[in-house]
Amino acid sequence: MSTNVQARRPEEAEAAAQLPLVNDDPAAQRFRVHRTAMTSPRFHRAEIERIFAKSWLYVGHESEIPQPGDFVRRPVGGRPIFMVRGVKTGNVNVFHNTCTHRGALVCRQESGNSKVFRCFYHAWTFDSEGQLKGVPGRDAYAGGVNFAELGLKRVARVESYRGFVFASFDPGIVDLPSYLADAKDYIDLVIDGCGGSVEMVRGTNQYSFGANWKLLVENSIDGYHAESTHDTYFKYLVSIGTDLHGGVSGRAIDLGNGHAVIEYSSPWGRPVAKWEPLFGEDARTEIDRLRSDLVARHGEDRAHTMAEVNRNMLIYPNLIINDIMAVTVRTFYPPAPGVVDVTAWELAPVNELPSLRERRLDSFLTFLGPGGFATPDDLEALESCQQGFTSGGVEWNDISRGMGRSPMANDEEQMRAFWRRWQHQMGAAADLAGAQ
Amino acid sequence: MTAIAPKKQAISRQQIEDFLYAEAALLDAWQLDDWLLLFDEDAKYEVPCNDAVDADPAHDLMLVDDNYTRLAARVDRLNSRRAHREYPHSRTNHQVFNVRVAHGSGDDVSVTASFTVWRFRMGRSSCYVGRYRYRLRRDHSGFRIAAKRAELDMTDLRSVGDVAIIL
Repeated sequence: MSTNVQARRPEEAEAAAQLPLVNDDPAAQRFRVHRTAMTSPRFHRAEIERIFAKSWLYVGHESEIPQPGDFVRRPVGGRPIFMVRGVKTGNVNVFHNTCTHRGALVCRQESGNSKVFRCFYHAWTFDSEGQLKGVPGRDAYAGGVNFAELGLKRVARVESYRGFVFASFDPGIVDLPSYLADAKDYIDLVIDGCGGSVEMVRGTNQYSFGANWKLLVENSIDGYHAESTHDTYFKYLVSIGTDLHGGVSGRAIDLGNGHAVIEYSSPWGRPVAKWEPLFGEDARTEIDRLRSDLVARHGEDRAHTMAEVNRNMLIYPNLIINDIMAVTVRTFYPPAPGVVDVTAWELAPVNELPSLRERRLDSFLTFLGPGGFATPDDLEALESCQQGFTSGGVEWNDISRGMGRSPMANDEEQMRAFWRRWQHQMGAAADLAGAQ
Repeated sequence: MTAIAPKKQAISRQQIEDFLYAEAALLDAWQLDDWLLLFDEDAKYEVPCNDAVDADPAHDLMLVDDNYTRLAARVDRLNSRRAHREYPHSRTNHQVFNVRVAHGSGDDVSVTASFTVWRFRMGRSSCYVGRYRYRLRRDHSGFRIAAKRAELDMTDLRSVGDVAIIL
């Protein structure tokens, strides 16, 4: 299942590091990451240039802008951009959020519907396809200004897969399907498991904390920490009648290009379609019906995988799709080496029955989010690591777990897949030889 | 203190304020078991997401949407040594003001109030600002909470990180 479809392009084939920060030693079955990868401003700057400017980054979901003129604005890769459904074309347009005249933001609301985007500074006006439609006092300009070229600037590349809209600032990047590699199959499992059509639930989790963003990558796909860190969540499950017998078991898979997933069975229920006491007795028939629908449409095996199996997936470098007790979509960006800004949403089937939607919402916020029984403790763990790094004395993090066996969900192969790609993309910029 | 005694049924703002101050004191003292006793068993405790303060928990994602069972579990969790984000506990200061009694008829009363909740832990300070919406019920011993909702005014949680404490 493990693949290596890294589409190398000429500009990436640059010098490798002499002493890489990622020390991958298959012979010794040891994998280490130098802690300066999490703390150094120099490596952080290189990440912004080499990773965030050269990857496909998640922008949003098409369901957020269903109607012509619908828009959302948000930072992507640390830059203010906005996504609008074109009134003429119906296309998803992703623009740099800056007036082509003197720079002000042209989209200044978080979301809404508009046919035009007017810069309030000098009232230059653009339509939803980005065309410059209005310039007050246009006759004052001489012939050298070509207004046709002064439309809103599109982000270099925009593509979507199953409703997930991605953008890249790199015009030469490989197409999105090639980039996603084997992660496509897992996105399919999530969407098809939700009945094929999904939407983002209203309400966003936007929080930040004091740790390096790569610690959140690791944590989001870490099966090893669940029992120890999230004891209070499991205790709650037991108190409402969940049988913890069987625990968490499964495997880790390298999906290519830095993407990775752990898939595993778990004690908690899944709104599609695994009942558990949290959902209440009256939800049983519903969930059984959803399950037989999945079997009818996708066959017994695939339906089983959709319904019973959890997936914590990383889409390199900064998108997490975790299909667990509910489905969360989480993206993040580091404004500094020791700070990460997280934005997370809940993904759900469209037209879900109200009783099931309520249970899905319940299931999500009990574990996930800044008010959940688990996420705050993850933040504490990651901040604790970041603080621990400053103690010095220990140079390397160990990420070798499971190297000597077929990797399990509570091993660290999925993190190694991320780190290998990270080192490859950073190249000579992630080099201890040049480190301070 | 006034010449005309208030009607027996009327609920004064001062009574409500005394109750809210007492509740805040329990939270600040981390006497969460006693705090939980203020709630009726059909009570709700809600915190909507910052970008959807009017959210309906039946349709929208919330930060917190506790029925009594989960609220009790939250208290249990915060009392344990394994709620890592809150062990050791933050020092908090729940401040309540601009108290308005919206509907004071009978024994049920709707109350809105402004709050700031300061949280200090390990050298970091955070401040939560917003509006409380309460539904209170008067009984022989005072008031009981039927619903408490904390709507945050901050546009996001970037400055505070999480809502692991009770607002």
